[in-house]
Amino acid sequence: MAEHDRNDPEYQAWKAAYDATRLRDVPFETMSGVPVDPLYGEGPYPGQYPYTRGLHAAGYRSRLWTMRMFAGFGTAEDTNARFKELLRAGGGGLSTAFDMPTLMGRDSDYDWSLGEVGHCGVAVDTLADMEDLFADIDLSSVSTSMTINGPAAMIMAMYIAVGEKTGVERSQLAGTIQNDILKEYQAQKEYIFPPRPSMRIITDMMKFTSAEMPKWHPISISGYHIREAGSNAAQELAFTLANGFAYVEAAVAAGLDVDDFAPRLSFFFNSHSDFFEEIGKFRAARRIWARWMKERYGAKNEKSLMMKFHTQTAGVSLTAQQAEINIGRVAIQALAGALGGTQSLHTDAYDEAMALPTEDAARIALRTQQIVAHETGVTNVVDPLGGAPFVEWMTDEMERRAEEIFAHLLDIGNDSILEGAYAGIDDGYFVGEIADAAYRFEREVNEGKRIIVGVNEFTEGDDGERNLLRIGAEVEEYQLKRLNDVKQRRDSAAVTRALEQLKTDAADSEVNLMPTMIEAVKAFATEGEIVASLEEVFGTYVEKVFL
Amino acid sequence: MSLRGVPPADIFDMATGGERRALGRLITFVERDAAEAEVVAELAHGRAGNAHVIGITGSPGSGKSTLTGQLVKLLGEAGKRAAVLAVDPSSPLTGGAILGDRVRMEDVAAPDTFIRSMATRGHQGGLSLAVPGVVRLLDATGYDPIVIETVGVGQVEVDIAGTADTTVVVATPGMGDSVQANKAGLLELADLFVVNKADRPGAKDVRRDLDLMLDLSHVSGQDQRTGMRPEIIMTTALSGEGAPELWDAIERHRDAIAGNGQLALRRINRDVEEVRNRLLADLEGRVETMLAGDSLAGVTQVLDQVAARSLSPTAAARDLAARISEL
Amino acid sequence: MDDQQQIRVVLAKLGFDGHDRGIKIVARILRDAGMEVIYLGLRQSYKNVINAVEQEDADAVGLSMHNASHMTLAPKMVEAMAEAGLDVPVIVGGIVPDEDIEPLLEKGVAAILGPGASAEEVAQTVRDAVAVVRGEPAE
Repeated sequence: MAEHDRNDPEYQAWKAAYDATRLRDVPFETMSGVPVDPLYGEGPYPGQYPYTRGLHAAGYRSRLWTMRMFAGFGTAEDTNARFKELLRAGGGGLSTAFDMPTLMGRDSDYDWSLGEVGHCGVAVDTLADMEDLFADIDLSSVSTSMTINGPAAMIMAMYIAVGEKTGVERSQLAGTIQNDILKEYQAQKEYIFPPRPSMRIITDMMKFTSAEMPKWHPISISGYHIREAGSNAAQELAFTLANGFAYVEAAVAAGLDVDDFAPRLSFFFNSHSDFFEEIGKFRAARRIWARWMKERYGAKNEKSLMMKFHTQTAGVSLTAQQAEINIGRVAIQALAGALGGTQSLHTDAYDEAMALPTEDAARIALRTQQIVAHETGVTNVVDPLGGAPFVEWMTDEMERRAEEIFAHLLDIGNDSILEGAYAGIDDGYFVGEIADAAYRFEREVNEGKRIIVGVNEFTEGDDGERNLLRIGAEVEEYQLKRLNDVKQRRDSAAVTRALEQLKTDAADSEVNLMPTMIEAVKAFATEGEIVASLEEVFGTYVEKVFL
Repeated sequence: MSLRGVPPADIFDMATGGERRALGRLITFVERDAAEAEVVAELAHGRAGNAHVIGITGSPGSGKSTLTGQLVKLLGEAGKRAAVLAVDPSSPLTGGAILGDRVRMEDVAAPDTFIRSMATRGHQGGLSLAVPGVVRLLDATGYDPIVIETVGVGQVEVDIAGTADTTVVVATPGMGDSVQANKAGLLELADLFVVNKADRPGAKDVRRDLDLMLDLSHVSGQDQRTGMRPEIIMTTALSGEGAPELWDAIERHRDAIAGNGQLALRRINRDVEEVRNRLLADLEGRVETMLAGDSLAGVTQVLDQVAARSLSPTAAARDLAARISEL
Repeated sequence: MDDQQQIRVVLAKLGFDGHDRGIKIVARILRDAGMEVIYLGLRQSYKNVINAVEQEDADAVGLSMHNASHMTLAPKMVEAMAEAGLDVPVIVGGIVPDEDIEPLLEKGVAAILGPGASAEEVAQTVRDAVAVVRGEPAE
């Protein structure tokens, strides 16, 4: 049995919390029948500040991570069908991907939308599409994650409206909306308005959800995209946490108490291939967040200090060459996520280097994380790698590197992380660091210093034949027709009024935009119309080139 | 419709008629100093002399591209047919360059604004040798004003001041620009100063420091070049604030130097400067050819003697200098 | 003055696609190979690209595509260039499934660079495409 100092009050606190937790009804034994303890090694204990070893005393013994598989393509009806399949197959949460026009705040009939409608996600132009997307799904019984940023407020407004129309109160709606605009300027580039007005919209959403939607996470502060754009692990860690601190500062400046909203902030990380680096990164993330929230931002509520995160395996690590071997990569990355203590996980499909996943491939991806959860035994022990010298060193090292980056941001931001974020966006710090890291990696691969199996070594075995998912032109045709229909049938005067009201409200920074936004979507104003109206007030962001 | 094989004079006519592709090709001729460049230079020389040439320079991060964009937007709105040369340094190692200024301006420029990105192409620390020729070409095909935008590293300010009628230097808070202004020659060369990002803390300090230094140089009589004290304009390029004031100041400067004879003088100097630079480049080319060894008899022997230390570099150079005209 | 025929390449991403990691790397690769890169970057329209090719007298256009819309956008770019009378090769890089390569080449795209292309391949592909149009023998 594990050695614990029974006189240590922290141990006792952990034990008490563990004993009070309802556990899953499975034997906590190895495959061979060897019973294992929930915890090995010493403090800090899971469920205790600074949460390095995890947020909860019993870890996955009480609840596995949510298997949240990202889906979305084609029409809202197509996605609705995929949703239902995933729910049937055992997925616990819905996660929605939107197409490029929707992500960029434009309608399917915008001239650049040609060729993109329904391609990398579902097309949503109006509330009618949102209603189709969630048809026959009881919103009070699922948790929905929506991956959208620039137009997040409009999409959230539509979700709320769907709830209302199907008898679900907004206070019952559970889920997350990504809504992390800072990383758009840094990495993903799906911005619309300039940084400061975008921050205003976000603080409005935070105030709104604090007051009316206790189960809703208004921001998912994301490092995934930063990593995909080419950053290294420490940069992913630091830029993400810094963005989190920036939102905290913005919300506090907007009048919220830190404990009002911090408990509902969540994070989203990448899980890449360097196994121990990733695990160190996850553990360091929890520790840093807890410390900064407590010491710098004065959070008192324990939940404000507890960093919850979703993880997705690294899309950028998937190779087109010998694509089936990606299943191995994903399994290892998923394992790292589990050993890092993630709250929810999306595993990529093996064919995603070239296109959106086929049904089969998406199923295999889900099964992969089910294997990690149910067959490997890693869920029997909380933070099983904690105490291992290398892992603890890696955790410390990740934290140290992140602190260097925070110091730089505080420097350029006159002691404010929020101002540091704005300054870093403006002077190209983030994009420069990311581009440099990406280039360095590329050169290493090119020179053969870094081996990518199937790409620069072990290249035999690729037959190149593959069934890829194709989105036909009929999706675009359908969507254009649908959009047109809605525009014909709606009350144009009501739409015009709603948009005018939105512009008036936008010009007054004291007004919360959410109520008017909800009215506008209920009148079937299109996403593109709403965005265009706001652009008149806020302006449009044009990126500066830093190379 | 390919331009390959079309006589340069015909391409010149197309360019004057508004064909932008033709103008693009002519600029390429000038940049490459190809045989066609001679024809182009003759055609352009007679027709140039009208355009107001404005140089804008500043450190990386000063926002000068955004500022140039705002200026160009104003010019378009005022119905002017403007041209912009965005100059960026070539890599000394590879000779390549990444030219990213165009995109900053394109969104806001009028449809008939001509924008060309140029790399310095080995002309260390300054503008490319081709710039004056390209400016003349743009002038001859009807563009006015012509804005040359460069990154203020090395001695580019000297080159810009030699090429432009009005030289604008852009500074920003937080980059030690007040110290920058002390940089050799900058104060003497600038006709106008801009403090960009005027909404940031420290902007007023930069302005004050510039003022102080300008006062000092006035007292010391260093502003001999025009006798005019450069104006300092505050701008916020991102929002466009200050751009109209900048344009007014630029026009005021032009009117002043046109009135006091300075403009004519500068243009003469510019042309003479171009002759000087071309001569220097030519000489440099000859030196390189000579030192490469096999064009002239006896050179390799001289270099071997230097390597064997039986001949000093000073003596060797004197020896070889006498033979330059043989190349 | 430089009498080497410097290659000038316009690099752009058309439409909404925001994945610019690759195009930034290609920009550096081409610069390191001695070329002048006119970097337009994200969210460019056909018109922007054509304006750039005309005014910059570009020798080639590189389009970076990661959004599965290459079959629509790339041929349209080729068409737009032809209409504008520009005989400049269009090279597509990024995520292009094998079975789309032939069709794109048939529609007039000069070359396609897949995700595994090395720096040398990228630079050589550009050089070769330019040499064809200039009527020079390939190296």
